[in-house]
Parts: sequence; C-alpha cells; structure tokens
Amino acid sequence: MSLLEVTDLRVSFPTADGVVQAVRGVSFSVERGRTLGIVGESGSGKTVLTQSLLGLTPGGQISGSAMFDGVNLVGLGSKQMQRIRGRDIAVIFQDPLTSLHPLYKVGWQIEEMIRAHDKSITRKQATERAIELLGHVGIPRPRERVNDYPHQFSGGMRQRAMIAMAISLSPKLIIADEPTTALDATVQAQILDLMLRLQKESDTALLMITHDLGVVADIADNVMVMYAGRAAEKATKRDIFYQPHHPYTKGLLESIPHSSAAGDRLKPITGQPPSLINLPSGCAFHPRCAYVMDRCLSEQPNLTPVESAGEHRSACFLPASATGLSDEVESLRKHTVELGRSGAAAKVAEAIAAAPESEGSVIV
Amino acid sequence: MTDSLTGQAINDVPADMSDDTLVRVDNLVKYFPVRGTGMISRTVAHVQAVDGVSLTIKRGKTLGLVGETGCGKSTLARCIAGLIPATKGKVYFEGNDITNLSRNAMRPYRREIQMIFQDPYGALNPRRRVGSIIGEPFAIHKTETGQERKRAVQGLMERVGLNPEHYNRFPAEFSGGQRQRIGVARALALRPKLIICDEPVSALDVSIQAQVLNLLADLQDDFGLSYLFIAHDLEVVRHVSDSVTVMYLGRVAESGPGDQVYEHPRHPYSAALLSAAPAADPDSAAARQRIILTGDVPSPINPPTGCRFHPRCPKAQDLCATSEPALEAKAGDPTTHLAACHFPVETGENLARAGRREQQL
Repeated sequence: MSLLEVTDLRVSFPTADGVVQAVRGVSFSVERGRTLGIVGESGSGKTVLTQSLLGLTPGGQISGSAMFDGVNLVGLGSKQMQRIRGRDIAVIFQDPLTSLHPLYKVGWQIEEMIRAHDKSITRKQATERAIELLGHVGIPRPRERVNDYPHQFSGGMRQRAMIAMAISLSPKLIIADEPTTALDATVQAQILDLMLRLQKESDTALLMITHDLGVVADIADNVMVMYAGRAAEKATKRDIFYQPHHPYTKGLLESIPHSSAAGDRLKPITGQPPSLINLPSGCAFHPRCAYVMDRCLSEQPNLTPVESAGEHRSACFLPASATGLSDEVESLRKHTVELGRSGAAAKVAEAIAAAPESEGSVIV
Repeated sequence: MTDSLTGQAINDVPADMSDDTLVRVDNLVKYFPVRGTGMISRTVAHVQAVDGVSLTIKRGKTLGLVGETGCGKSTLARCIAGLIPATKGKVYFEGNDITNLSRNAMRPYRREIQMIFQDPYGALNPRRRVGSIIGEPFAIHKTETGQERKRAVQGLMERVGLNPEHYNRFPAEFSGGQRQRIGVARALALRPKLIICDEPVSALDVSIQAQVLNLLADLQDDFGLSYLFIAHDLEVVRHVSDSVTVMYLGRVAESGPGDQVYEHPRHPYSAALLSAAPAADPDSAAARQRIILTGDVPSPINPPTGCRFHPRCPKAQDLCATSEPALEAKAGDPTTHLAACHFPVETGENLARAGRREQQL
C-alpha cells in the first residue's frame, strides 16, 4: 500500500472576483522511500495541493481524499492534524529565513519541535538531540552554532537547519516546497546531496515541489507535471524527460536552454498560464497548444495510459503512441491534428501561430 | 595579479582600444565602508565587493557574468553603469574614461548604457501608467515630445511584444513576463549601445523566460546591442553569451569564450559551479560527477589570503594560501581563455573525489 494516496483532490477559494479553482481533481500516490517530483509553473496549484494536505489552506474548500498511512487527511480536525504535522509529515519551505523565527535561537526552535511532540523528553535531552541533528545535516561546530540566531546562519545553513528540524522526529513523509530555489548552485548541490543521503538512511518518502526541471532530473523517481490545477502528465522521471506525451511537458522541456543548442533560438510556449477564476473551456492548455484540435475546445481530457511501459499517463487527446521527441512522432502528431482540426480549433491555432513570440493579451 | 591597492594593471587586456571594444573595465575596485557603532562612527573595515576586476565588452556581443550571491557581480555592473562611484580603477566607454564623472558629464553616457533589473515588480512604479514609464527616458533627455513621444513609446511596445493599445494601463495589470518586456522597452528607448541585464529572467517561469531571452536576442540583432548579462543560471548564461567571466569573492576566477569556459573549465571554482548546475536531463544528471564544495563563501570583509578560493578548493596546496594567482592563459589554452589558478584543472581530471572531503572548518 502506498504511504500517501491522494484521490480526486479539489481545492477552491471563494473570492470577491469569483471562485479560484486552484486544484481541480488531482490523484497521485507516494511510496515509502521514494521521491515524487511535482513540476509546474507559478499558479499551477502545486503549492496549494500540498498545503491542503496539511490543513494549511484556511478558507479553502477541499474535497476528495488523501489517505496517509490509513488516515484521511482531508477533513481531519486541527488537533489530530497537529499530531501528524511535524511528527509524521514534515515540511521544508522555500525561504528558510522566513520559516525560522528571527528572535529565537536556531537550537531552541529545533528543541521546541521535539518537545512539542514528545512531552517526556527533558530540555537537556532535547538540546543534545538538536546538536546531534545539526551535526548530522553538516553544520560545522554544532555545539556552538546551536546557540546562534537565524541571522548568523548563511542561506545554505538555514536550509540545513530547516532540514534538521524536518527530520528531527523521523517523519514518514517530507514535503519539500522549492527547497533550493533561493540558494546558489553550489549550495543547492550540497542541499540536494544531503536530502538524498538522509532519505536513503531513513526510507523517508519525499514529495518535491519545484519549477526547476534540473532538480527533478536529479532527485525524483516519479514526476507529475501540473497545469492549471490538474495533472497534465504522470510518469517515471525517464519517461517524462525522454518520452513526453503531453504538449505542455514537451513545451517545458523545449523551452529550457540546453547546452547542445547554445546560441540557437529557444522554443517558448506561447501565451501565458490562464486565470484560475476564468478557465478556458475543454483542455485548459488549448489556447497555448500547437496541437489544438476541435475536441480540445469542448472536452476535458482525463489522465489515460500512453503506450510506454509502466505507469505513464497523460491528459491529452493525442494518440497514445505519440510519445517522445523524434521526427516520426512529430509527424504522427501533425497528421492527427490535421484530421482533428476544423473551424474553431483552426482559428485558435492560427492565433497561436500568428503571435509566436508575444505573450498574447493582457491578463485578467 | 598584483595587489589591487597598488592599482597596477593586473592582466593582459590590451591597452589599445581596438575598434570592436565598447567597454573596457580596468582593475576596478569597489569597497564599501563598514562603520562602527557609537557617536562618531568611524570606518572600521571595508566590504571588498569588487577587488581588481578587468574585462572588456565587445560591440554587438554578449558578455556573461556568473558567480554566486555576494561575489560582486551586481556591484560591478552598477559601477560600470555609473550608478555608484568606483573606489579605484577605470571604466572606459568607447575609449573615453567615464569613471566617477559628474552628473552632468555622465549624462550623455547614460543614454548609451541602460539597465534591466531582476524584479519586474519592483522595477516599475506601480502608480504610473506604462506609457509614462516607457516614455520617461524621453522626458529626462528631452528628446521626443507630445504626440511624437506617444508614437515612439507605442512603437517600442510593439517591438517588445506588448499591445500598444495598453499604453494607459498600470503595471499591476501585466504578468511578470510582460512587465519584464516593459523594462526592456524602457531600456531600449534611447537606443543605447550597452544594456546591462542584471538577472533579467530569474523571476520568470521557464516558458516565459524563453520568450524574453528570444526577444533580447532579436533586439541584439536588430540594433547591434551589447549586453552585459548577469545571471546565476549557467544554462541561460551559456545560451546568450559569446564570452563568459566567472567571479568569486570580488575577483575574476576565469574568463574566456563561452565554449572554452564551459567545456574546459580551468579554475576549480568554475568546474565546481558547472558541475553543480542541475541539468534537465536524468541521464547526464546520473552520469555527472558532482563536485560538492565544502563550507560557505567567506566574508568579503575579511577575504582569505592568497587565492580567495583556497579554503574551499579541492586542489588547494600551501602556495594557494600565500600567493595570489595571476589571471593568465594556461598552457594549451587560447590566449582569450584566462584563469587565476596555480594548479589549473586538467582535462579529464576528477575533482569530485577530492571534493568529497568531510565538511571541515
């Protein structure tokens, strides 16, 4: 059984302008000791998705289920949630400076975490444990640094302290929301290295949210690509990078500057992500999709298996065999699109082709 | 490299201004004073943000500047643009010394050197309309007026991929990528020769980032612009740059043509930086030997002696702690490829193992 099994999770926020549909029916599972990478751009719902699992989305209307180790996290009372949060599920946020209280010593903050969940531990024992943890995550001279305030730590050290706090109670699942985005490349490499090592030691499951495909390529086992609150594609890491099916996944991969094509033109995705209040009809990606067909305008595609080994699923009407980046597959896509496009879809496609470099109209 | 305080030329940048050189920076130094506390706050130390940097920017070309937080790349850019005075050293623009010019004397050069900033939200005044933001350079330099200015602004908006009808909108009505386009239009208004791009796409999503990078490339072709392109994303820098300069703690660690520096880094810091950059390709990510550097970047108030990288360097020897390596071409490299290292990395050398030493401090 999976450690975390999320089924048809929906999160929406009523606002004065309308209902923001942040997450629109997402299902996924995370296994013990494995890493699931969730990739998506700003506003794709990846952060709301994970925060809703932890009861951190006040005002949000949540439906669906999220079975964690036999407990449904959706609709859990705040007292019960507090027991799970920190002990069984730990979180590492993007910005370690705002995640640490500036007026308390780093060691004290780690101790507090331990003492909150284990009333029997003495203050002295908790301090010793904090020192041990800081040493474990690679803070030099932990016995002295345990008495430092967050501002005396560098960015990388703060993130190490956050990781120390996250692993302090040996959680079963760690949710890391862009844990290295604020860090420099060499420090990012240190932190990813550390997270992988700790995961191997303790068989912890890791849910890694990021917009950086490089980070995913490094540490994920499986990947879910999100667009406008839904899963566009789910697969193993290799399938996502080498056999992408969904045009959005393909577009993301192609818009990264690859070293092999230095100096060439990049291939961006035209337009910009939609407003989550006023979503496009049918497939939410259709106004930006080069393979738009008639049915994309009216029907919403569901995640269906594609023709590659394993659990590769994609939410797109292109044929199941249209995976990968080869020329043959590209001509298969083109052929399918020719047959499936007339009238309205042709107009959308024209609009996309006419403005390949601009970002379309003004946002709502 | 000689001691920066002696103010002598530190490398073999040719003294003559060949025709394709637009900007030459010669041994630039920028120290920020650190004042003590108390009634009379005396200067107790200096943040040595930039400490003897020389570089050239060629006409119509892009120089990429990489390095981590606090290495002085933004400070260097601001000194070149004349936004902050340099402590020492010279900046030449088309052969003219523009270091620390007075406000009036600098004015003609301000038209030639423009900047694009990282944060498209912070760089635009939220209470002014887009038309007035983009038209501001015209107002300051009193070039176009009235209808002429409006037409020029709308032309600029069209050129950078914005709808000219949105002339009267506020920045809040635009997305991040569109705001960056507004920043580009404003920088472009006076037809500058050099645009300094300080992390221009770092705040944007990948698909939007590609749009802005393509726009910058088109504008370079159309107007023959030179770019000083600062970014921490090494893939982006490689994509846009003709030549690359790697900075570490206020000094140049390595510089040269992009392919040279990326394919054959000679300075261990460049090698580590390149190996640490995440590649969006699982196979190469798995195959790569990542050099994990130990510790953090030291304080620029009290930088290490000798080579500034030596406390973190997997190849460091006793010499590195005492003697400052000169920035020079290493054996077998083209003369344009310079590295400041006593023991440069050889092709095929495995630094990853040496870098695995346990954390020490």
